[in-house]
Amino acid sequence: MSVIDLVSRRSTKEDEGSNSIDVITLEHPVSTKRRRRSFRVPRIVRRTVGPLIVVALWQWSCSAGVFTSFEVASPIAVFDAGRELWSQGVLQTNLLVSLRRVAEGLGVGVSIGLFFAVLSGLFRLGEDLVDPVIQAARAVPILGLVPLAIIWFGVGELPKIFLIALGSTFAIYINTFAGIRGVDTKLVEAGQTFGLSRWGLVRRVILPGALPNFLVGLRLALVGSWLIVIVAEEINAQSGIGYLIMQAQTTARTDIMMLGLAIYAILGLCADALVRLLERRLLSWRRGFVGA
Amino acid sequence: MSRGYEEAPEVLTNGAAVIAHNVRRSFNGRDVLKDVNLTIQGDEFVALLGRSGTGKSTLLRILGGLDADYEGDVLVPQRRAVVFQESRLVPWLRVAANVVLGLRPGNGGRAALRARGLAALAEVELAEHARDWPLTLSGGEAQRVALARALVREPQLMLLDEPFGALDALTRIKMHALLQRLCARHRPAVLLVTHDVDEAILLADRVVVLVDGEIALDTRVDVKHPRDRGNPAFVDLRNQLLKELGVNEVDVAPSLLHAVSGGDRQFHRQDPEKI
Ligand SMILES: Nc1ncnc2c1ncn2[C@@H]1O[C@H](COP(=O)(O)OP(=O)(O)O)[C@@H](O)[C@H]1O
Ligand SMILES: [Mg+2]
Repeated sequence: MSVIDLVSRRSTKEDEGSNSIDVITLEHPVSTKRRRRSFRVPRIVRRTVGPLIVVALWQWSCSAGVFTSFEVASPIAVFDAGRELWSQGVLQTNLLVSLRRVAEGLGVGVSIGLFFAVLSGLFRLGEDLVDPVIQAARAVPILGLVPLAIIWFGVGELPKIFLIALGSTFAIYINTFAGIRGVDTKLVEAGQTFGLSRWGLVRRVILPGALPNFLVGLRLALVGSWLIVIVAEEINAQSGIGYLIMQAQTTARTDIMMLGLAIYAILGLCADALVRLLERRLLSWRRGFVGA
Repeated sequence: MSRGYEEAPEVLTNGAAVIAHNVRRSFNGRDVLKDVNLTIQGDEFVALLGRSGTGKSTLLRILGGLDADYEGDVLVPQRRAVVFQESRLVPWLRVAANVVLGLRPGNGGRAALRARGLAALAEVELAEHARDWPLTLSGGEAQRVALARALVREPQLMLLDEPFGALDALTRIKMHALLQRLCARHRPAVLLVTHDVDEAILLADRVVVLVDGEIALDTRVDVKHPRDRGNPAFVDLRNQLLKELGVNEVDVAPSLLHAVSGGDRQFHRQDPEKI
């Protein structure tokens, strides 16, 4: 017998005795729908549904003739182009080149951003010396630097890595700096009373406290670095995904152009998944709200 | 002028754990502490009473070495530990790591240090939470971890700044008993800052009242253990202290004062000889 049956049986009995009793409607404190969670679709499946719908709509609009194949290549055409380039070995080599540029640029950019964030986060003097310079440099549009980068560094790998590093370093700096300054002074004080050395304080309290903000910065830096690598490769390169796209433009191969863009999209998804994984592992101490 | 133990490491104090002489502290030209004189013996439990904003925390922070901008002379032992009103556990360190935070591994290495931390956790009955994250603890549990973190340092002076202020009445009763047990076992000098008159009388050997930046009253607690809130000596002292704090007896509803007195009987300070 359910609770509902119990309640309704009793109340009918009481109704017979006297009909002057006020009726109070009862309900479950949370809707039963929200409590029944025996069946849950796995997270990974739920997260792939959205992209799949987009791809399906894309395929449908191509098959239905909304666009010509010159305007928009269908997912199947893009996939075939990918297979074609892969069998020629073109896709792998160019993908690796782009990946490597991003990794190197990001490595340099994150290191520099982190270094200056710690410097100006920990020391007032550091802040006064470093912060205005970075705030000013941040306002300069990075893509406007492309011609200058070529003059300074030639046409090799260096200008690309320079631009990517520059594009990622500010997001790291701004967020990590805010994270360091946001660390609870009460915790710092407690660390001091319990005999933590200056370095111990930085290592055990201040830097871990700034970690959540650093990861936010990392996320932005990842997105930014892919944005810059494509532009850098389209303007001036003999290899890379951006170069592939430029080549496809001269030969009017829409399918290859869209393949390049699809690769960027997939890489973006992977980068995001990577940061999520990092957050789960590094920030497991947080008991924050993670969404219903 | 000497500033704490660093510059005067070998002062003989005749068994005193705290000597504060003519201590003054002002913020923006306003004297919060005007002229504080306080001596605490090596195993004495002193409660510091005062209305909110009278400078209790300010004095405690000076004794704890968290505030250097005072005038006057202060001497404190080298091994001190502070428990704040909020537990101030480091959220990204496990409970056990929080307890031994800042301690250097001695001869026994890391394993010995970990064992020491676990022993301290066991003393506050939280050994099974050693691997937990601090944010998963309840308020009372977090405060017990903070106590363990203080005790593991074998402090000669324990500074407690309203450590039970944020806890509910039942948890507070348990914490009082725990604190009494721990103090009987380790016998540090204790300065307990509180605004709870009954808490002060229940726990302390001596009560001092801070009014207008000076110690206005300094009295021994001559109430026999186990201390009962109904005991006439208890009531007399409470009235005296309340008067000093500017609260008239008629202001206080008796039901409020006795609200938690049902649990009183479990309090008795353990005799150190028996342990
Ligand atoms: N860092 C500070 N800067 C300015 N004023 C302060 C500071 N710390 C404490 N005060 C002032 O000193 C007075 C006493 O504060 P406190 O010692 O915290 O009181 P309590 O007795 O409640 O612990 C308060 O009026 C407070 O505003
Ligand atoms: Mg205070």
